[in-house]
Amino acid sequence: MPEGTMNQGIGASVRRKEDKKFITGKGRYTDDINRNGQLYAYFIRSDVAHANIKNINVNAAAKCEGVVAVYTGEDIAADGIGGPICGWTPTNRDGSAPKEPPHPLLAVGKVRYVGDHIAVVIAESLEAAQAASEKIVIDLDNLPAVVDPATAIGNTQIHDEMDDNVYFDWELGDETATADALGGADKVIELTVTNNRVIPNAIEPRAAVAEYDEIEDRYTLYTSSQNPHLTRLVMAAFMMQIPESKLHVVAPDVGGGFGSKIYIYPEEAVCTWAAKKLRKPVKWTADRTQAFLGDAHGRDHVNKVKLGLDKNNKIVGLRVDTIANLGAYLSAFSMVTPTYLHGTLLSGCYDIPAIYTNVKGVCTTTVNVDAYRGAGRPEATYLLERTMDYAARQIGMDPAEFRRINFIPKDAFPYQTAVALQYDIGDYEPALDKAMEMIDYANFGSRQAEAAKRGKYRGIGLSSYIEACGIAPSAVVGTLGARVGLYESAVVRVDPTGTISVFTGAHSHGQGHDTTFAQIVADKLGVPIDSIDIVHGDTDRIPFGMGTYGSRSLAVGGTAISKAVDKVIEKGKIIAAHMMEAAETDLEFKDGKFTVAGTDKEKSFGEIALSAYVPHNFPHDRLEPGLEETAFYDPLNFTYPAGTHICEVEIDPATGVVDIVDWAACDDFGNLINPMIVEGQVHGGIAQGVGQALLENAHYNEDGQLLTASYMDYCMPRADNLPSLKIDYTVTACTHNDLGVKGCGEAGAIASPPAVINAIVDALSVVGVTDMSMPATTEKIWRAINDATAKAAE
Amino acid sequence: MALVKMTVNGQAVEYDVPDNTLLVSFIRETLELTGTHVGCDTSQCGACVVHVDGQSVKACTMLAAQAAGSEITTIEGIANGDELHPMQKAFHENHGLQCGYCTPGMVMSAIELVEKNKGLTEQQIREGLEGNICRCTGYHNIVKSVQAAAQEMGG
Repeated sequence: MPEGTMNQGIGASVRRKEDKKFITGKGRYTDDINRNGQLYAYFIRSDVAHANIKNINVNAAAKCEGVVAVYTGEDIAADGIGGPICGWTPTNRDGSAPKEPPHPLLAVGKVRYVGDHIAVVIAESLEAAQAASEKIVIDLDNLPAVVDPATAIGNTQIHDEMDDNVYFDWELGDETATADALGGADKVIELTVTNNRVIPNAIEPRAAVAEYDEIEDRYTLYTSSQNPHLTRLVMAAFMMQIPESKLHVVAPDVGGGFGSKIYIYPEEAVCTWAAKKLRKPVKWTADRTQAFLGDAHGRDHVNKVKLGLDKNNKIVGLRVDTIANLGAYLSAFSMVTPTYLHGTLLSGCYDIPAIYTNVKGVCTTTVNVDAYRGAGRPEATYLLERTMDYAARQIGMDPAEFRRINFIPKDAFPYQTAVALQYDIGDYEPALDKAMEMIDYANFGSRQAEAAKRGKYRGIGLSSYIEACGIAPSAVVGTLGARVGLYESAVVRVDPTGTISVFTGAHSHGQGHDTTFAQIVADKLGVPIDSIDIVHGDTDRIPFGMGTYGSRSLAVGGTAISKAVDKVIEKGKIIAAHMMEAAETDLEFKDGKFTVAGTDKEKSFGEIALSAYVPHNFPHDRLEPGLEETAFYDPLNFTYPAGTHICEVEIDPATGVVDIVDWAACDDFGNLINPMIVEGQVHGGIAQGVGQALLENAHYNEDGQLLTASYMDYCMPRADNLPSLKIDYTVTACTHNDLGVKGCGEAGAIASPPAVINAIVDALSVVGVTDMSMPATTEKIWRAINDATAKAAE
Repeated sequence: MALVKMTVNGQAVEYDVPDNTLLVSFIRETLELTGTHVGCDTSQCGACVVHVDGQSVKACTMLAAQAAGSEITTIEGIANGDELHPMQKAFHENHGLQCGYCTPGMVMSAIELVEKNKGLTEQQIREGLEGNICRCTGYHNIVKSVQAAAQEMGG
C-alpha cells in the first residue's frame, strides 16, 4: 500500500473519523436545529387505554396567548392526510390477507392506547403550547383495556375492521411432518417461553423540524430517522400525497435508533403538514415520557415450544406456537418481525428435520410493537436456546455437548433448513470451542465450588445463535409480502483532484459508517481515508436508499460501495490504457496505480481522475468525461452470522442479586472491516440483551397504563450492571457478497438474553429451580430461591 | 424574568431569562451551545452534565438563576484550542462512543470522577458513572477510555 494508507484498509482498527464532532460537542442532532420563526408543536395524548371520543373542545386552548393553531383528527382527515402503513404483510395460513386497520395521525372517534395522539397545539413557544393543551376539553367514553396478548383474542374489540383482535394468523413449515416427528420421538420437551416487552430507549429522543418553501412548493423535514428515504417515500406517497420530489428529508446526526427510528410516526407527518398550513417551520421534540409512551416497543411474545429428541438426543422435530403482541396499530415492520424474521430462524444452528410454527399477531390497547435490535431473531433465539438448555437439563446432558451433537455439520453447507432459509456457510463448533476456552468452561466446577464456600450460587449459561442479516433478495421478499425492495445504493464520486465522496443510502447513527465505508474505498483504491467523505442521511444528495436496520449496512450498503468502486476502477483502466497507449487487457490496478503489465508504465489514480475531468487526452469514442459511478446492490441471499456466547453469574441467595462475573463471546461475522467497531457493536448488543434479561420490562397494568414510563421506573443497564466482556471471532466468509461480510449489529442482543437466563437457572438449580422469566430481577430471584427452599422443606 | 450573569467556558455572559429557565435550556437555547444534550426528564440519563464551579452537575436539575455567578464549563470548553482534553482523546482512542449523544455528559462526569479520585479501580469507575446512561457501547469501552485518561491525567 502507498504511504499514508498503511493500516487504514480492510481489517484495520482505524479510529473513527466521526468521533471529533461528538467528543467536542459539535454533533448536529435534530433538536439542535432551529429555523427562523419556528413554531412549537405539543401533542395531547390519551391518558386512557381505550375509549370512544365523544367530543373534543379546543376553543379555550385556541384563544390562549401565543397559540397559532390547534388541530384534531378531523382537520387531518379533512385534508385527506393518511396514516403510517405496514411495509410487509405476510399471508394468513388460510390464504387470506392480514387485517390492516387504519392508523390516523390524530385519533378519529376512538383512542386505542395510553399515549395515542388526540390533538396538537402549535404555538410560538413550547411553554405556550403546553400550557394551552391543558385547556383542551376531551370527553371520553371509556372502554375496557386489552393488555395481555395471551387473552387478547376474542376480547373487547379494538378496531371495527377486526372482530377477534387478530391481525394475522400465519404458519411456516410442515405441520404434518412435524407432528409425525414429535409423535415418533423418544422424548418430547415442552416449555412455555415468554419474551418480555421492552422499550428501545435510544438516548436521543425523537424529534422533527419541518418547513415549507412556498416559492419552490417544497417541504424539508429534519428528523431523527434511521432511513430518510423510506420516510420520504411513505410520507409523500401514503400520508401527504405529494410528489416525492417535493419532500426533502434530512436525518442529521441521530442519537441511536435500535429499530425505533425506522418507523414514520404521526408527529413528523403532522409537523410537516402543519408547516405548509401555517407557512412557518414547526418543531417537535419528544420528552422521555413521550418516548416511552409513543416509540414502538419490542419483543412481547408468548411461545409454546415442543422439541422432540430421538434416543441419541438428536433433535427430530420442533413445533412453536407463538402469540405476538403487535399493539394497537401496525407500523412498518410489525408484521414481518414475528413472522419471516422469526419463524425462519427457528432451526438456529441445528440440524432439525421437521419444524412447524404458527404465529398469531394480536391487537392490544398498547403502543405498537415493532422491530427492536434483532427484530424477531432474538425472540427465536431466546425460545430455542432456552429450550435447548431446559432439554439438556431434562436429559442430564452437558448443555454444550447437547448443542454440539445437534449442530449442522460443517460439511452440510449450503444447508436448507425446514423453515425456508438456506444458510450459505457456517462452522459452529469452532466458535463453541473457542468461547468455552475463553471462559475456561472445563474448570467451571471448581469456580462453582469455591463460590459455594462463600455462600454464593454460581452458574454458567450458553447460547449458540444464528441470525439472518441483510434481508434479501428483493424478488424473493416480494413474493413473501414485502412492499419494498431491499437493495442499497452507492454513488462514488471522484473529484478532479482525486478526493472522493461516497453517497450511501445506509444511515449511520452510531455504527461508524464514516470510517468503515471509507476503509473499503481506501483499501480498494489505495488512497488515504482522509481523502474520502461518506455522505448519508439526506434525500437530496443520495439517489435512494433503504436505510439502516437488520445489520444490513455493511453486507448490503458496503457491497454497493464496493461495486461502485469497481466501476470506477474499470473506467479508470480504459482512460489509463488510452493515455499510456496500451491494450486494456494489459492494464492492472493496484495500490492506487494503473500499470501496464510487463512495462514500467504507470499512471496514478489522481492522474486518471484529473484526466477524466480535463479530458484533453481521453478516449472520447468510448467514454463520457467525469468519474462518478452508481451501484444498486440487491443481495442474492441473507447473510448468516452465528456464534456462541457464554455468561457466568454469581447469585447472592440472601438478596437475589445477580452479578455477571464473566462473559465470553465468539462470533462469526465473516470478514471484519474494522474489528474495533465490530467489537463495540457486540458490546452494545450484549448490554441491551443483559438489560432485557435482568432489568428492563415495559409494564402495562390491567387498565392499560404504562407504569414504566420514565427512567425512574424503567431500569436501564448502567455501567455497574455489566462486566468487562471477552470478544473473539471465527471467520467463514459470506459466499455471496464481494466483501465476504455478514453484519454484526444485532448479534449481541440476539445471543445474550438466553445466555444470562441459562446461567441463572444453572446457578439456581442447586435449590431446584428449573425456569426463570425475564427480567430476572433481584426480587424475582429472591422469591424463586425462597419458594424452592420452602417447597424442599415441605 | 431574572438577569443571569455567569462565566461559561471562560466567557462572561449576561441574559434576561424567565425565572423557570433550566440551566440546560439556558446553555442549549440561549447560548446555543448544543453539545450539552437532553435525554430524559427525570435527571437519570446524565446527557446534560456540565461543570458548575468544577463540580459535575446535571444541568436539567438546576435553574439558570441558581447558577448565577458560577463558572460553567460545557463539553465545548474542555479542549485547549485544538488540543483535546485527555478524556476526549481517550474516548476517541478507545472507541468510547458510538452515536455520540450521551458522550458529552459522559465525558464531563468522567473528568470530575478522575480529577477527584486517584487510583480508581474498574469497579469504582463503573459505580462512578452510574448517573450516566449509554445505550450503545455496553460501557466496556467507556470504562477503558476512563482508565486510559486517568493514566494520562495522573489519576
